[in-house]
Amino acid sequence: MPEAFEPKIVAIFCNWCTYLAADLAGTSRLKYPPNIRVVRVMCSGRVDPQFVMDAFANGADGVLLGGCHPGDCHYQEGNYKCLRRYELLRRLLDQMGIEPERFRLEWISASEGERLRATVDDMVAKVRALGPLRLPEEVKAS
Amino acid sequence: MPEGIRIGVYTCHCGTNIAGIIDVKDVAAYAATLPNVVVSRDYKYMCSDPGQDLVQQDIREHNLNRIVVASCSPHLHEHTFRTAVAAGGLNPFWFQMVNIREHASWVHLDKAAATLKARDLLRAAVRRVALHRELEKGRVDIHPDVLVVGGGIAGIHAALTLANAGKHVYLVEREPSIGGHMAKFDKTFPTLDCAACILTPKMSSVRAHKNITLWSYSEVTQVDGYVGNYQVTVRRRPRYIDENLCSGCLECIEACVYKEGKFRDEFDEGLSKRKPIYIPFPQAVPQVPVVDPETCIQFKSGKCKQTCVAACGERHAVNLTMEEKTEQIDVGTIILSTGFKTFDAHRAPEYGYGRYPNVYTALEIERLVNASGPTGGEVVLRDGRRPKSVGIIHCVGSRDEKTNRWCSRVCCMYSLKLAHLVKEHTDAEIFNFYIDMRTPGKGFEEFYQKLREEGVHFVRGRVAEVTDWAFDESEEGSLVIRVEDTLAGMVRRIPVDMVVLATGLEPQPDAQEVRRRFNLTCSTEGFFLERHPKLAPVSTFTDGIFLAGACQGPKDIPDTVAQAGAAASEALALIDAGYIETEPNTAVVDEEHCSGCSTCVALCPYSAIDFNTEQRKASINQAKCKGCGTCVAACPSGSIAQNLFEDDEIFAEIEGILTYA
Repeated sequence: MPEAFEPKIVAIFCNWCTYLAADLAGTSRLKYPPNIRVVRVMCSGRVDPQFVMDAFANGADGVLLGGCHPGDCHYQEGNYKCLRRYELLRRLLDQMGIEPERFRLEWISASEGERLRATVDDMVAKVRALGPLRLPEEVKAS
Repeated sequence: MPEGIRIGVYTCHCGTNIAGIIDVKDVAAYAATLPNVVVSRDYKYMCSDPGQDLVQQDIREHNLNRIVVASCSPHLHEHTFRTAVAAGGLNPFWFQMVNIREHASWVHLDKAAATLKARDLLRAAVRRVALHRELEKGRVDIHPDVLVVGGGIAGIHAALTLANAGKHVYLVEREPSIGGHMAKFDKTFPTLDCAACILTPKMSSVRAHKNITLWSYSEVTQVDGYVGNYQVTVRRRPRYIDENLCSGCLECIEACVYKEGKFRDEFDEGLSKRKPIYIPFPQAVPQVPVVDPETCIQFKSGKCKQTCVAACGERHAVNLTMEEKTEQIDVGTIILSTGFKTFDAHRAPEYGYGRYPNVYTALEIERLVNASGPTGGEVVLRDGRRPKSVGIIHCVGSRDEKTNRWCSRVCCMYSLKLAHLVKEHTDAEIFNFYIDMRTPGKGFEEFYQKLREEGVHFVRGRVAEVTDWAFDESEEGSLVIRVEDTLAGMVRRIPVDMVVLATGLEPQPDAQEVRRRFNLTCSTEGFFLERHPKLAPVSTFTDGIFLAGACQGPKDIPDTVAQAGAAASEALALIDAGYIETEPNTAVVDEEHCSGCSTCVALCPYSAIDFNTEQRKASINQAKCKGCGTCVAACPSGSIAQNLFEDDEIFAEIEGILTYA
């Protein structure tokens, strides 16, 4: 039997909400699948669409962005900027044939360790069901 | 890739916290194979002195110039390791931390997969750290004035501590008087000190202190700025009595056209009536009445004889045309001590609060037993009878899946206190219905034992309901408490005259708005979140803002005072240092490549980006930039960089995660 596919998901979390939610999930000893790798930025507003493209080009099967809830941004409104870019990028990725389940933006506050766990569970399950991302060779990073 | 990079990698066991799941030896051996890594070690506790020494020694012996530590969350020990790296003679920002505890060993069960994840994260950090530049911390001066929000015992203690240290404090209180919940209590557990005797002298000290500006009946409406330099807007509601002119004689209240109180007295929990012009309680600070425009005839119809104004006479302190005022202040640090609200007993309908007149909340009983309360300290039922039996139901709105899951910490003890006081006042038979007795505190368990010796009954079990449905004559006219006595192993019906609900503590109803105003985070329950539950219990994620008292979580008076002292000393530490070092993660414009499109200018929430219209170049004011990086992501020409979060560094991290070396 071939080895089961385990997706690799790059997560980019803001320092003040979602990164702390992941810390809280840890201190609460919640369990979620080990498929995600977190990159920390100060604010979800820092997420350059190129980060997402770069992750997909280098073999990520999914990208999860995490920021503070609307109105709760540590920097007032960086998360709205992130949302705007997400909406544009989502359409672009869709046109490239990248399934919408592979790219996700979630608002997870510092107190929502459980929500973080549930989000990761859900995303890993969905991306696992989709199978590996098969990008055309020309868009893959060399 | 810069030349001559020599990286030291340290993988922490954290006892068995990490090593129990992640094969740290494997991770360390793997790290040694990565490009530029000169030394790779694993150690039991990297944050300990020997762990930090190890790093410093290696920096010297192996001529290292970049350090990676794989251990816990950077929120816990990034500062520790940066300091160690600096002590080793390197720039503190030539360091990257890898979180393999909170983000790996604590959340995964599959050892092989967790180890693989640790390898990935470490590889990413090694790639990233090679690109780290030498950076310098910024410095911000700290304005010496402090704002304390909330004038309960926490705010009072914090304000006095700071004022005694010679700092100027603005104490802002929403109610007409300071004192908070403690002012309503008769006695305090377990010592049975008279609450007023220990609180009111502190309240008068606040009024008299030359370093305290007290603004009661006021609220903070806006907070701008950053640590050391907050600009705060305070709305001062009109109390219609000029505080500077009022002598506190209270003759205006006497003279009111209402001869008797007619409106719900908030301070007495509605157990008494007040006039439209009133003082919340006799020891109120400031000792100045307040006019309630909702009930005052003059405000409602404009046709009052205004006997209060006449009674004040030449002083002219009563001014019914007073208007709201707005004050602007500059402070360097802020202490939030906004307190709690008690659980609304209507939300536990099985106990009949609001349906049966003789079901009371604990706070109402606090007022009844209080010598200065509505009955002068007589504990009587609503019809004036003395209760012969009283049931106190614990955990109302605490430890309950239906309402609040947390333990409110103070209810067991205040229930014991009320049991003692009610027994003392009425000699009634008293029953305590508890799930668990929680008496962890100095003298608490001894107090519990004392109550048992006094003959107070304790029934272990969560009460099912309070009902007036009598089964037989003995229950006629009583409130029947139905409970499973889990020690006796039977269901019991206990008829009593009076039921007291030990309601739990909750966040203030507007805690979420306040949180946003001050840029804080809340815990799941809605209490303000401290920076670290153990190591930074009064700090918040916003520098220069500290927490004291029950706004952070339920706590008793001794803990509240201790925390208020801690918050005051944290503020003092900043003020006396005179400055704070700031993170260097600000954004910088590369003017040469700036195309002058000015996209970034409108994006900055802090107006930190200046645009030179002649040269058509943007530049970022380093003092105003808070380092979110939003402009960096938006710059179409890629000519804005964020220190510590440069594009190259983040790309290196992403690619590092995904590349199998």
